[in-house]
Amino acid sequence: MDLNYTPEQIAFRQEVRQWLADNVPAEPLQSFDTEEGFEQHRQWEKTLAKGNWGMVTWPQEYGGRACNLIEWLIFEEEYYRAKAPLRVNQNGIFLLGPTLMEYGTPEQKERFITQMARGEEMWAQGWSEPGAGSDMAAIRSKAIRDGDEYVINGQKVWSTRAVFADWVFCIFRTDPDSERHHGLSFIFVPLDAPGVTVRPIPQLDGLPGFAEIFFDDVRVPVSNRLGDEGQGWHIAMATAGFERGLMLRSPARFQETAKRLVELYRAHQNDILDLTIEDAVVKSYMDAEAYALSTYQTASRLIKGGKIGAEASLNKIFWSELDQRMHETAMSILASRAELLPHSSAAGNVGAWLEGFLFSQSGPIYAGTNEIQRNIIAERLLGMPRK
Amino acid sequence: MDFTFTEDQLLFCDSVKNFLQAEITPESLRASWDTDTGRSDELWQTIVELGLTAMLVPEAQGGLGMNELDFILLAQECGRVALAEALVETALVATPLLSALVDKDPRCASLLEKIASGEIRVAVGHPANELVSDAHVADWLLLPSGDQIHLLARDQVKLVTQHSVDPSRRLFTVEWKATDETCLAGGPEGVQLLAASLNRGALGCAAQLVGLAEAMVSLTVDYTADRHQFGKAIGTNQALKHHMANCAVKSEFAKAPLYRAAYTLSKAPQNADFAVSHAKVAAGEAALLAAKNAIQSFGAMGYTWECDLHIFMKRAWALDKFWGHTGFHKNRLHQWLMNPNAKIGADKTFGIQG
Ligand SMILES: Cc1cc2nc3c(=O)[nH]c(=O)nc-3n(C[C@H](O)[C@H](O)[C@H](O)COP(=O)(O)OP(=O)(O)OC[C@H]3O[C@@H](n4cnc5c(N)ncnc54)[C@H](O)[C@@H]3O)c2cc1C
Repeated sequence: MDLNYTPEQIAFRQEVRQWLADNVPAEPLQSFDTEEGFEQHRQWEKTLAKGNWGMVTWPQEYGGRACNLIEWLIFEEEYYRAKAPLRVNQNGIFLLGPTLMEYGTPEQKERFITQMARGEEMWAQGWSEPGAGSDMAAIRSKAIRDGDEYVINGQKVWSTRAVFADWVFCIFRTDPDSERHHGLSFIFVPLDAPGVTVRPIPQLDGLPGFAEIFFDDVRVPVSNRLGDEGQGWHIAMATAGFERGLMLRSPARFQETAKRLVELYRAHQNDILDLTIEDAVVKSYMDAEAYALSTYQTASRLIKGGKIGAEASLNKIFWSELDQRMHETAMSILASRAELLPHSSAAGNVGAWLEGFLFSQSGPIYAGTNEIQRNIIAERLLGMPRK
Repeated sequence: MDFTFTEDQLLFCDSVKNFLQAEITPESLRASWDTDTGRSDELWQTIVELGLTAMLVPEAQGGLGMNELDFILLAQECGRVALAEALVETALVATPLLSALVDKDPRCASLLEKIASGEIRVAVGHPANELVSDAHVADWLLLPSGDQIHLLARDQVKLVTQHSVDPSRRLFTVEWKATDETCLAGGPEGVQLLAASLNRGALGCAAQLVGLAEAMVSLTVDYTADRHQFGKAIGTNQALKHHMANCAVKSEFAKAPLYRAAYTLSKAPQNADFAVSHAKVAAGEAALLAAKNAIQSFGAMGYTWECDLHIFMKRAWALDKFWGHTGFHKNRLHQWLMNPNAKIGADKTFGIQG
């Protein structure tokens, strides 16, 4: 064990910090759940790509920097420290990207990762269906082989940012006679293909942050399939591992929130009357660090060739409940100002906490609900009886 | 000792409950969001016709001369349907405040008569709230300045709209000038009246929070019976049953403290601080837990604007912090309890606490 950054890692941090200082927009961008805001974020992805900062862990030939996971964590720390815009293409770079690296053909990597790295193509994830939420194996939408094409019919729902995205990666039933997690395949669909209809769904804040997608005889080439036919479930579980663990929610995000929470508390310390609030602030900071420490440990293990399995479920519960608690604590500190939307003059500069609070309500739901994660932990990690 | 409501109180509550559940629906609330004021004059007049604004107005001013305890169950029902109209504040805060000043200032008697008859509406500002709710539809405003309470007509003040996460709530910062003319009370009397208003406002919030908590649980119970995953209703999963059962426990143990607070306010308002703060903290906890466990049980559906759940969640988040946030009320409990002379112990539960 050696808990010191190497001179190279320290230099890397400096380089990231400098580039971000020179490039992060001075004014915060609009929400990426608006058309204008989405465009602004797309431009930012292109700026990142030009500096080869789009996804530092990818090989150089795909626009990355071949960084290892420790360097990626350092990059993320600097990214949140600089208050850089949220990643509008997070479904692409954090979920599909790593999955493509593992399961994609050289042609697919060349075609899709390169475009992703250039900030040209934004991705949505299309797994959930009206009848298949927690029970994803109940997927019914079909992709039926017709020569060199799949013909797709069905419906997806809750697809984040599908309203403005370019592509969606889906799980479809390619074997119409199959059941449950058999006979599913992982397929890419361009959202402007004939037969695709996207219906925006407004979220708690009123913005269309996700969408329903209808497929009506949509045709895509067989080469849009990732992995083998029928291997969809297996690949999806690998992607879900990235979603629950390490990739989607790097610790820096929560450490930055915890830091802001401590600052918020200090600024209001004199009018705080609830003795439990200071305790909640301290606990938040500790938990954010615990998540970071655990992630560094996992990253070190992965670098040495380890694999991440059911323990991703532990991560998912920890970060989502931490995020919720931190924002609840901020709401308590803000007291009667907590309910104000950011554009209210009386909200001052604290309105962002409300937005974060609303979003934190979804953390224990998306990426597999926390009830399902607890079932996985109990049954697969701890070996408690299933029936 | 008899800790039950009277037959009359229960019957009246039932009839109002039926009215509210028929008139105030998620559809009617959503329709109100798109209107200028977010409020319906027609609905207010029906509320007046049912005698609800007259309940706490003294008989001498044409009211029914009732008290906080008579109103508490109705306040809970207002929360249950997420009523947007400021009935609870009108009845529990504005009316008692004006009643206390009836002998002192003739304007108050006239205002009370008009509240009862529905001719006017009165909004109340208080140092505990940075903002005044429903000031835009009020004809008169009661506003604090130091230890004074002032009465201003709406055209004497300037309102700046503030936007709440709850689209039903209409909040304002009020710019105004205090003069001798506008002053109704001040000094020790003003301080005492402001303190009493805070307790009544907090009581009204607590009652609505309990109603909201129960409404969210009831929506969730229905949804989890209908929604199927893994070939069965999701409500059959023990995890979800426990989420809802935990909410039921919290609500149950918020209710008795709520009713004690209403009782104490009606009988011995000078000793009600402890009881009110207890009720507000417990009701806030019940409503926040209900919001959290309800959205969790709904899954992604609960995170949408289309699902009615957010109507209730957002109201709960807001009222939990109105008329004294949890920190304020917990602090009053701490101050009281840590005083070595505090009268504590089982035999003091219903006595004068303080
Ligand atoms: C903000 C947000 C973004 C999302 N983005 C995407 C996206 O981009 N792409 C995509 O495909 N999906 C997305 N989702 C959907 C997400 O994956 C689902 O919400 C999740 O899988 C749960 O499914 P559901 O919402 O249908 O809830 P349900 O499955 O109906 O669950 C409702 C409740 O029942 C509980 N429950 C169900 N089964 C069990 C059980 N066996 N044991 C115990 N409890 C159980 C759940 O835990 C939950 O509390 C998103 C969701 C949210 C909230």
